[in-house]
Amino acid sequence: MIWEVELILYMFVIVAAIVALEVKDLLTAVVSLTIFSFTMALLFVAMGGIDVGFTEAVVGAGVTGILFIVALYQTTIRTND
Amino acid sequence: MRTQFESPIVLLGSRLLSPYIMLFGIYVIFHGHYSPGGGFQGGALLASSVILIRLSGGRIVSRLQVREFFTTPLAAIGVIVYFGTGIVSILFGSYFLDYEALPFPGGLDPAALRYYGILVIEIGIGIAVMAILVMIYDHMARGEDYV
Repeated sequence: MIWEVELILYMFVIVAAIVALEVKDLLTAVVSLTIFSFTMALLFVAMGGIDVGFTEAVVGAGVTGILFIVALYQTTIRTND
Repeated sequence: MRTQFESPIVLLGSRLLSPYIMLFGIYVIFHGHYSPGGGFQGGALLASSVILIRLSGGRIVSRLQVREFFTTPLAAIGVIVYFGTGIVSILFGSYFLDYEALPFPGGLDPAALRYYGILVIEIGIGIAVMAILVMIYDHMARGEDYV
């Protein structure tokens, strides 16, 4: 693969990971983690692991994002008791 | 945390997108033994197409697609297909999951026997993964007051 494109993807991964760690709003963190997963899937495909990239795209960007959002909607910011 | 309300645009978009995701999942399952993909990825794609309707339409709309009590028997059927194939090959005098001993009709050669044996395994794994992911979503969305 073209190494400039791969460098841009690596910068996306680092920025998305730092945003997902440092941001205050949890919904933004979930969206940033989804961006991280999908960019990692693109990098796996670029490195030749098509099967791994496929699994990462389906599970990391699809199913776990939905499950995190459901878990967020079931909880509150402040405690009730 | 946030209020829920009905959105026809989101429902229409996910209704448009869901059958194509499901078709691609079935394609990935049935072509998993000679191209990238397989039972787990195809099952996760099928589950994401079901969960998309559940997330956008709510419980009443999603009851038309896959009922909630269907998920546990579907997961059991998937696991039974997987282990049944392995145990049938034991009963016909070979190792566990050795596809050459499977009694397919028609007198196929061993390469074709392995081909169709892996296909049966992939279908079982796909059904189990789809049912279990949908089941996890149902139990999470229903909350703690689930009886």
